[in-house]
Amino acid sequence: MQLSRREVLRLGLGAAATGLLAGCALDTTGAPGSRGSDGLVFYSTQLATTEEAEAVRRQILAGFPREVQFAGDSSATKMFDRVRADARAGSSSIALLGALHGEFATLAKEGLLRDMTDVVEQLGDRGFTRQYLDLARIDGRYAFVPWISASYIMAARREALQFLPAGADLQALTYTQLLDWTRAIQLATGSPRFGLPAGENGLLKRFLQGYAYPSFTGGVNTTFASADAAAMWEWLRAIWGTANPQSVTYGFMQEPLLSGEVWVAWDHAVRLVDALQTRPDDIVSFPAPTGPRGLGYLPVLGGLSIPKAVADPQPSIELIRHLTDPARVSTTLRTVAWFPPQDLAAIPGGLPPGVGQEAETLQRMVGTPGAVASSLAVGLGGQSGTYDKVFTDAFRSIVLDGGDVRGVLATQAAALQGVLDSAQAACWAPDPVGEGVCRVG
Amino acid sequence: MAEAVTEAPVVAAERRGGPQRWLPYLLLAPSVAYLLIFFASPMIQAFGLAFTSTTGEWGLGSIRAMLGDDRFWPAVWTTVILLVVLLPLQFALAMAMSMVITSRLRGSGLWLYVFLLPLGVSELGAGILWYSIFVEQGWLNTVLQSLGLIDRPVIWLDYREPWRVIGTIVVAEAWRSTSLIVIILVGGLRAIPRDYLEAADVFHAGPWQRMRHVVLPMMRPTIRTALIVRTVLAFEVFATVIALGGTGTDVLATQANRAYTEYQDAHLASAYGLVILLVSLVAVGIILVALPTRKERGE
Amino acid sequence: MTARRVLGYGGAVLLAGWVLVPIWFVVVGAFSTADAVYSYPLAAWPDWSLESMRFFVTSAGVPQALLSSVIVAVLTGVVTLLLAAPAGYALARFVFPGADAYRLAVLSTRAFPVVVLSIPLAVFFLQWGIYDTVWGVALMHTALALPFVVLMVSAVFAGVPVDLEEAAQVFGCSRFGAFRRAVVPNAAPGLAAAATFAVLLSYNEVFAASILTLQQPTLPVFVLTGLTQAPLPFRYAGALFLLAPAFLFILLIRRRLLGVGGGPTLR
Repeated sequence: MQLSRREVLRLGLGAAATGLLAGCALDTTGAPGSRGSDGLVFYSTQLATTEEAEAVRRQILAGFPREVQFAGDSSATKMFDRVRADARAGSSSIALLGALHGEFATLAKEGLLRDMTDVVEQLGDRGFTRQYLDLARIDGRYAFVPWISASYIMAARREALQFLPAGADLQALTYTQLLDWTRAIQLATGSPRFGLPAGENGLLKRFLQGYAYPSFTGGVNTTFASADAAAMWEWLRAIWGTANPQSVTYGFMQEPLLSGEVWVAWDHAVRLVDALQTRPDDIVSFPAPTGPRGLGYLPVLGGLSIPKAVADPQPSIELIRHLTDPARVSTTLRTVAWFPPQDLAAIPGGLPPGVGQEAETLQRMVGTPGAVASSLAVGLGGQSGTYDKVFTDAFRSIVLDGGDVRGVLATQAAALQGVLDSAQAACWAPDPVGEGVCRVG
Repeated sequence: MAEAVTEAPVVAAERRGGPQRWLPYLLLAPSVAYLLIFFASPMIQAFGLAFTSTTGEWGLGSIRAMLGDDRFWPAVWTTVILLVVLLPLQFALAMAMSMVITSRLRGSGLWLYVFLLPLGVSELGAGILWYSIFVEQGWLNTVLQSLGLIDRPVIWLDYREPWRVIGTIVVAEAWRSTSLIVIILVGGLRAIPRDYLEAADVFHAGPWQRMRHVVLPMMRPTIRTALIVRTVLAFEVFATVIALGGTGTDVLATQANRAYTEYQDAHLASAYGLVILLVSLVAVGIILVALPTRKERGE
Repeated sequence: MTARRVLGYGGAVLLAGWVLVPIWFVVVGAFSTADAVYSYPLAAWPDWSLESMRFFVTSAGVPQALLSSVIVAVLTGVVTLLLAAPAGYALARFVFPGADAYRLAVLSTRAFPVVVLSIPLAVFFLQWGIYDTVWGVALMHTALALPFVVLMVSAVFAGVPVDLEEAAQVFGCSRFGAFRRAVVPNAAPGLAAAATFAVLLSYNEVFAASILTLQQPTLPVFVLTGLTQAPLPFRYAGALFLLAPAFLFILLIRRRLLGVGGGPTLR
């Protein structure tokens, strides 16, 4: 008995060793210790989920003449640390960075990125949208090349539509109508069926910064503790009463929408697309609602850039050329559902149903009269995490813990001013853009 | 197999305090050096981070920010409550499992294997697993509803019912981390000399009396070790808490983790790390005082 | 007497169910179609769809991540044992001032949260050039496993009768010779078990590994970090995909694991 088990153990180890060898044979270039190989490293904070990374490796990078190692990791902190360490060492292990606009802003502020102006000019034929090119320009020069874009929209299960309040148009809801709607659903079904991504990986903070605040107050920082803001928080508290309390565990809203735990939800388009693709007939997307000060929305822009420490940028530029190529852009849209930073009409081939629906919704949202695009928070540098904390803390205190709105806002306004002061950040849209440190109102 | 002995047998030569008195220290040296490099130095650095602010100046800014957070004290209490509820439950469970393994039931190898399976499940994996059980449209509601115990799905993970959420976390943690205690307890049970148990049988002691007067006293040192190991590890748990409690329920470790990953504030994260260290040490101290071992024979 | 046995089996079956039923749910989820996973009430029996499992089995990064995991785990096991064996022997065979303090100090190192610890370590590792290498992760995992393995190893040595060692010395072996000839052969299975404990710990550790790696993720990091943001069917499949090797490993070493319990007591 004992002996045979020992043999089994030995067999197991043998199998492990074979697996080891097989692993080497399969992919020697990727084996640990072979980092000096001439494969380019493409490090991205976007497209980092298992599924997305797989699509990048197999489809989006396919056809590029050189070998590329794609490393996807959604932690911006890790990317900053890595790029900073490379800069200190004077040579970069990363050939190309893929990141969000705000993340690049942090790196650009520290002078860690190559000036990408020449590359953007070379790629003039790509037809990047003016708005995105403006976002990519930081301190008078291009910090990155626009690559992928998205925004946040809403989605609902079809059975929720029968409870829409009289006279409400799904494609042009107001915040009040949205609340009436989710209340009606709760009344009829006995269950709270609204949903917000308030979980650990959820993007609720962007709802507050880019949607609720601009729509109710016309600003973010300058109106943080205003009377309009208090009204917004009261609205949020009311609609939270109709939200599934499991919302505090939701990261991506596509799952609760598919399972039916949530009937009406707001989230990042990419985090809803799975629901729209799986059940295009049962789930509909629609624009974010309009508030007293218009329809606030937040565009998302991801870009490509090269660390300053890269000695020979030519292969990296080739890779950018490859990734922004119309055929590749089309693949990106189809496989990971990120939109291109160009006009969709220029993309060859039709769109899959879910993605097509989202594209329509996005176009309708941007075209709504009174649409207010927030620029992404810029100039916060390493303080962007602490900036977000102010909003999530306010949400927890007011909405989850039922704190006094004015009192909480006064406390958090002081914290917010502290963040802006230590980052020396000027105001950004929709606040009036100006010189000097932004003042919290 | 290695029979467990609770006291170190002393090789004759050492008793006389021979020339090899320094040998044990030499043998400990590599591990001490290693832990100094990989624990002590980053720990000291973390202390430094905790007492500097994001702008780099020394002070209590990060500590004050931590204490000023509305969620700080709730997180402390949840951490403590979780531990106090979890430990007894887990020990009862581990004791039962160990009894099954050491009893003369058939298939003890199989029972052993099954009870050790959760050793192979990481915290993150356990979080995914138990979330799918407790979620509104999950397994628990499916089972309860098919048994006719409820007529519609219950929302178990409702942050407004803290006890319910803590209950789910306790269940998940008891499932995941009991195996480690089983390993330690089985060793202790095996070390109890047969004579003692047979003596108990001779005096017609019932199972409960046997447990209370023979097994538990003999297992005291083992239980103490298991308690300390589990307590120290329990303060670090955050993935199951995040999976089940989301942003609605906090413990110190989730706050530490959030400070680093979400707020990108290593100073705040280190401040929380400091508090966790303090609380664990206090808890270990309490265990040491509450469960003193008798002075050992012959020393 | 038979009543007690029935009670015993009943209890054993209940306890086994408590462990196995949740694992069964993962199996069902992993082999179900997306439609089945999102429906309610859930079906107790899978429809044996291989779609989500196939994704992980054929995923491009998996062989490399598995390779990294195996290397890290083996390095962790070996380094941990090399460091823990002398310390464990000292604790088992000598009575000396400071032994208890050492035991407590070693355990209390684990009282500091791993995530917080990993942040300064990541910076050190970058400076030392071992960031994002299997060595970096293995060194970190060794630090995490060492406190427990030291206690386990001391129990193993304590279980080897002193008489054997003394006899060897009487027959002319040096202290080290006696250790090599009398202690090592007897302690080997227990030592192997202690090392496998370190291996398991390393295989399951995600957080430090994810902070310390980028292009060389271990398998759990590769699968799990992407998983927390993946659709539900993938989560089940990924979880099962990670569990399978661990369960096989536990099957192989289950008896050995018990050899290590018992003595790791604190006085």
